[in-house]
Amino acid sequence: MDRQVFAYSVVSTGSFDDVGVVSTEIKRDLEEAGVEKDTVRRVAVICFEAEMNLALYTERGGNIQVVVEPDRVDIYVEDDGPGIEDVEKAMQPGYSTAPLWVHELGFGAGMGLPNMKENSDIFEIVSELGKGTKIHSVVFRRKEDAA
Amino acid sequence: MTLKEVAQTVEAEFLNLEDRADEEVNTACAADLLSDVLAMRGDAALLITGEAAPQVVRVADVMNIRAILYVRGKRPQKKDIIRWATQRGIVLLSTPLPTFEVCGRLYKAGMRCSECPEDEAA
Repeated sequence: MDRQVFAYSVVSTGSFDDVGVVSTEIKRDLEEAGVEKDTVRRVAVICFEAEMNLALYTERGGNIQVVVEPDRVDIYVEDDGPGIEDVEKAMQPGYSTAPLWVHELGFGAGMGLPNMKENSDIFEIVSELGKGTKIHSVVFRRKEDAA
Repeated sequence: MTLKEVAQTVEAEFLNLEDRADEEVNTACAADLLSDVLAMRGDAALLITGEAAPQVVRVADVMNIRAILYVRGKRPQKKDIIRWATQRGIVLLSTPLPTFEVCGRLYKAGMRCSECPEDEAA
């Protein structure tokens, strides 16, 4: 299979109802592209966490690009939101800056970035206050895991 | 066990897709925190939850969960969420019972934890 590029934009609408819809689209697109189940799930979880962050913390949303290669999937998340003050802290499980209403919806447990890293084989994050955040995640495809 | 047996065991009603009542579901997870569901290892067929926010069905879709069982009589408040779940093939059930009772009854009936493979039902 050749390289395939999928691009998505996450709009921050102020409403939380549609959060996750883009990630379910990504899942569908990867399934249709013939990507094995285990890889699809890991990519979809990473994208879901990213989508929530875009919806919660940015004013205008951001972009998610998924590049499928024969041996790996690259995920690029980019926004021009407020940036993360302390990336190291944000990477610690349980650390959360989410407001109460987010907790009331079952999110904001401080597991977002740690879970993205957990599902990635390579995880890079660059964030600058007032400028935005860039994430690059790589999931290596393991064909033998396909079930 | 089948979804029909699940429904009978915990006195639940189908909110959609009742035609899938004969489908087998043998692994479950119970969580109100969607972050916990997203951090789950292994595949759960059934999600038992007290969270009825719209995002639950999106998380279920991403995690390959085939059925959601809402406890304490909860259910999605918006019709389009039930429609969306139906389109994605996610069965929705609602029981008046609380989580602990639901888990106890289902465990006794043979349902097992999706994250404890060594404990899998025979």
